[in-house]
Amino acid sequence: MLLLENVVHLEAAADLLIDDGRVVTMTPAGHCEYSPDFPRFDGGGLTLLPALIDCHTHLREPGFEYKEDISTGLSAAAHGGFGAIMCMANTRPVNDAAAITVFMLERARKSWPHGPDLYPIAAATKELAGVSLAPLAELKEAGCVAVSNDGRPLESAEILRRVMEYAADLGMIFIDHCEDPWLAKNWRMNEGRVSGELGVKGQPWCGEAIQAARDIMIAEYLDLPAHIAHVSSAATVDIIAWGKARGVKITAETCPHYLLLDETWLEGYNTQAKVSPPLRGPEDREALRKAVREGVIDILATDHAPHAAYEKDVSLDDAPCGFSGLDLALPLTFRLVDECAISEKDLHRLWAVKPGEIFGIPVNDFSPGDPADFILYDPGKEWIAAKENFYSKSWNTPFLGQTIRGRVVHHWHRGYQLF
Amino acid sequence: MNDTHSAWPHKDLLDVTQLNGEQTRRILDLANGFREINTRPVKKVPTLKGKTVMLFFAENSTRTKTSFDVAAKRLSADTFSLATAGSSINKGESLKDTGLTLEAMNPDIIVIRHQASGAARYLAEKLKCSIINAGDGWHAHPTQALLDCFTLDQFWRGDFKNRELLILGDIAHSRVARSNIHLLHSLGVKLRVCAPRTLLPAGIDDWPVEVYPDLEQAADGADAIMALRLQLERQQAGLLPDLGEYAKRYCLSERHLKLAKPGAKVLHPGPMNRGLEISDEIADGAASLVLDQVAAGVSVRMAILYLLAGRNEDKNAVA
Repeated sequence: MLLLENVVHLEAAADLLIDDGRVVTMTPAGHCEYSPDFPRFDGGGLTLLPALIDCHTHLREPGFEYKEDISTGLSAAAHGGFGAIMCMANTRPVNDAAAITVFMLERARKSWPHGPDLYPIAAATKELAGVSLAPLAELKEAGCVAVSNDGRPLESAEILRRVMEYAADLGMIFIDHCEDPWLAKNWRMNEGRVSGELGVKGQPWCGEAIQAARDIMIAEYLDLPAHIAHVSSAATVDIIAWGKARGVKITAETCPHYLLLDETWLEGYNTQAKVSPPLRGPEDREALRKAVREGVIDILATDHAPHAAYEKDVSLDDAPCGFSGLDLALPLTFRLVDECAISEKDLHRLWAVKPGEIFGIPVNDFSPGDPADFILYDPGKEWIAAKENFYSKSWNTPFLGQTIRGRVVHHWHRGYQLF
Repeated sequence: MNDTHSAWPHKDLLDVTQLNGEQTRRILDLANGFREINTRPVKKVPTLKGKTVMLFFAENSTRTKTSFDVAAKRLSADTFSLATAGSSINKGESLKDTGLTLEAMNPDIIVIRHQASGAARYLAEKLKCSIINAGDGWHAHPTQALLDCFTLDQFWRGDFKNRELLILGDIAHSRVARSNIHLLHSLGVKLRVCAPRTLLPAGIDDWPVEVYPDLEQAADGADAIMALRLQLERQQAGLLPDLGEYAKRYCLSERHLKLAKPGAKVLHPGPMNRGLEISDEIADGAASLVLDQVAAGVSVRMAILYLLAGRNEDKNAVA
């Protein structure tokens, strides 16, 4: 039993009563009935949020522990406000066998026994090679919650169809990184004005939208669900809206960086801004903001992709794609709230309620019986996005050096205070 | 050399976009002065004696590298070459480490050619010595643009305003085109480009050029035509059907030159694919400035080496 008092929830003072890892009740401040001998926690006027769920991370273990490992990834998750994260299968070896999933979960339990929870994502195909299906039933039994070929987008529409079908029997959703293998070859950034000026190979937005259309049509044909990962372009938003209007069971995510940045961040050959899919134009950014506000894009995800500093300290040609995202995701999303692009209520929906719903992960909506997964957030706390302030092992981000406003101060998981 | 201006303000030469009109003119005037040295029986002055110029060419080059080498030696600088073949780059050394290693030998200037766009800028941000970009990927080739400009200046006598220059060929993958378009546009030249759409860069609508798919229309009334080298791998990449068809549509020949203004000149950065982007008779004809460009290259590069090395001199004097 714990009474959390003096906290702000959706701009109103509130009290939260929890017991045995679950929410008992949340009331307006001073309206909670409790016995005076309950332990109490003074929230000090901080913002109360549900713990977030991130359905798209790369934790790099096994195989690339110099970039991140499961322990540091979960540490970044915990301090970033995430109570549950899903991790992609592009490790070495690839997560295409139960033994790898079991190993991942074991590492998570040992390093963070009280959470955050780790939910591995199964490789859709063996070694992510896109040729034959991975043993998905075995992977599901070991603890995988979804299926994806992220890291090596599926080229064959036939394989994609069979993955969707086979995974559906097991109740696993297929997550697709949409990238046409031919239109999107050897690219460094979005194809457009900036790539033309810099003289680097670009990826056209249709390289993403075409694959999203393919997925949606196959999902419609099979009447099965599919989830589009990290949407970056306005055209893909339109395709998703079209699919949803037809009743296709399609869901989609985008990431804070696509809502805040655009291709001009690549000027000066800024390798910290190189990401897959690439940052697009300002009009794409605006379309994505509208889409998350209106629900065409269902959820947010970090696409946390840590890389060692030296790997990004090369030419734009040679730099790997991706940003370290878990430490920054929540304050960056609050930038959108501050800019009135979304509301704080939208933030709860995009980062907790909906991802929980789509992937079947327990989520706290502060209703009685919900898991007591929540954070206290200081929206005014300023800190610098720098190596020494990141819990992730890597600090590769275009926001490097910026003053960040807002940080998670306390985190409870199933009623247990992580910090 | 009679250059009485203030200290040169740029540590590096990465692209022509960093030059204002006055600085471009200063380079051209200096190069004009150095041109005379290149015609003397003894083609050497002691100006940069004791200076070290490193030539770091990670990509193949004959004329640019030789041109820098000749320019530096005529100014009495010591030059050292590092080519990819036989270097640590083949053993997987990063650009950063190669750069730091070269700098540890205390060069005054590193001349770099690299296949990655932005490579020269990357080194310039890392190293204290001056960096001259001798071509980075598809991005920039400032000394080529300056020598082209110098060559045209000899014929146009400083009058660039409203001259019509056609750049013919693979614009998308050409650092020569990018730098020339920036520089000549800034001098008031009206630019045309002619290429199949597969060889045009994204966003060209925003560039200060007029695009022509047809060479006859493009050549009509031009004051000068610059043909670009067609890299043969563009055909393998599926950007062109075959080289024969390319030559039929885009090989610069007498009939195109007849459509241009009387006395129009032809440029080519070399090496030429005769019969592919430029016909034999044009390449060897009276309108061709190809060898003038090569000669100009030495003078222009002497001017640039002089300005950058001299800049370091001033800084040291103050310190």
